[in-house]
Amino acid sequence: MSKYKEKIMGGIFLLAACTSIIAVILICFFLFANGIPAIKEIGIFKFLTGTDWRPSNDIYGILPMILGSIYVTAGAIIIGVPIGIFTAAFMAYFCPKKIYRILKPAVNLLAGIPSVIYGFFGLVILVPLTGNSMLTASLILAVMILPSVIGVSETAIKAVPKSYYEGALALGATHERSVFFTVIPAAKSGIFAGVVLGIGRAIGETMAVMMVAGNSTAIPGSLFDGVRTLTTNIAIEMGYAQDLHREALIATGVVLFVFILIINISCSLIKRRNEN
Amino acid sequence: MNAINNQTVKQKLKQYKNKPLSIILLSLVILSSAITVLILFFIIIYILIKGIPHITPSLFEFKYTSENCSLTPALINTFITTALALLITVPLGIFSAVYLVEYAKRGNKIVGVIRMTTETLSGIPSIIYGLFGYLFFVVQLKLKYSVLSGTLTLAIMILPLIIRTTEEALKSVPDSYREGSFGLGAGKLRTVFKIVLPPAVPGILSGVILATGRIVGETAALLYTAGTGTKAAWNILKSGRTLSEHMYLLSSEGLYIDQSYATAVVLIVIVAGLNALSSFLAKKITKG
Repeated sequence: MSKYKEKIMGGIFLLAACTSIIAVILICFFLFANGIPAIKEIGIFKFLTGTDWRPSNDIYGILPMILGSIYVTAGAIIIGVPIGIFTAAFMAYFCPKKIYRILKPAVNLLAGIPSVIYGFFGLVILVPLTGNSMLTASLILAVMILPSVIGVSETAIKAVPKSYYEGALALGATHERSVFFTVIPAAKSGIFAGVVLGIGRAIGETMAVMMVAGNSTAIPGSLFDGVRTLTTNIAIEMGYAQDLHREALIATGVVLFVFILIINISCSLIKRRNEN
Repeated sequence: MNAINNQTVKQKLKQYKNKPLSIILLSLVILSSAITVLILFFIIIYILIKGIPHITPSLFEFKYTSENCSLTPALINTFITTALALLITVPLGIFSAVYLVEYAKRGNKIVGVIRMTTETLSGIPSIIYGLFGYLFFVVQLKLKYSVLSGTLTLAIMILPLIIRTTEEALKSVPDSYREGSFGLGAGKLRTVFKIVLPPAVPGILSGVILATGRIVGETAALLYTAGTGTKAAWNILKSGRTLSEHMYLLSSEGLYIDQSYATAVVLIVIVAGLNALSSFLAKKITKG
């Protein structure tokens, strides 16, 4: 009797563990099955490199959104990553315990604040200064990726053996030099994983970007131009899109999904290399 | 921030007189950390100051109208969505983690696949979940824009989080517990439920609370699954907006900035409370 019970429960556990496999298969299937036909109909080349997005004329080119996503993400990385790495270094090597007790929860809370709040904050504080622009979106995203970059970098820096730091000190380097020229280089692949995680966050963010970026469909010419990303393109038009337009939006999702898969795979490759 | 510097700045200046690089690095480190903390405080304090004066009784009236912009229905929907999504995902996630940690044998191929898919799920952006939820639950399963569609979408979204935190909690239970239990003749199942899971509960709970935070803050995955209905969805087959969606819709209309601030305050208070609770529980594990 109890043997049966053991076997049945073991099966149930296995079944539960397979949910995530099923979920990924379902997500892939439904996205690709609904998006690929549109890409075929529009023409993959036209779809990916077309610079015009005019649903009313059945012209669907998502190059502006691809570039928009890349620009905005690059901006967020340029601003956010240095701040994140320096903060992580502070938390690991400079910070007295008292301050750590404030800083750590602060970073966690930064990660917990909903994206609509970031978007709203950007709307009322930044937009009057920098307009509905790429710059504003990058600034907001920079703040939003901080917790990911800080968290992963801090762990990576702390994982470097103390002897590296002590060795540098013993050779006469200052505290700062020891940290930045021996410890951090040794932690670089971990820090890089944090950066990749941040890229994933930034490229996937929808609400905050939508609220501050202006969402124009032209390719942005300067930092102060409005921009539309892949995510916001879906969120803005999905509500009323019909037929090919709707499918083109789903196809936009497919492109975004492929981007994210590439980022995820490189992230886990880095992780695996670290473990070896 | 000043407290540490008082002690060390004088000595440092002396020590580092001819070391400009070290001074630059030190100031960059302190500056960056200050920026991180100040941004958070600025966001929170600004929204509290602007929002608290606009928290009025009419904001909490039972029915939403375009005059009072009541957030009560949205709050109720948030509660329903959270409760249902957790009800579905927490058992699933815990069982998955139990399989991965307690049952799977080393080098088992399916474990690698499960790990990979879980990682993939945790990297998928919420708008893709929204798109999938729309295609699968709303269109394919004909659930329409409904709280149920939204809930099911979010249930998948938080699955990797629950699995990961439960896994970590289970791994932190010492092996001697299991060995002791087996030594006394208990079966695997009994060991899992009576010996291994109880000490892991705080860790699991802290993960559950983190997941609650994600559900409360989610918008993009809900806009085209749960829809934007303004009523409390006591019938989960009806459309209903959650608090975050409500916040977005209010602020995007541009007419209700004051109410948006007030709604933001409520949202921040909920999220900060959940965060504090989660780290309190996490601390409990490291102590116990």
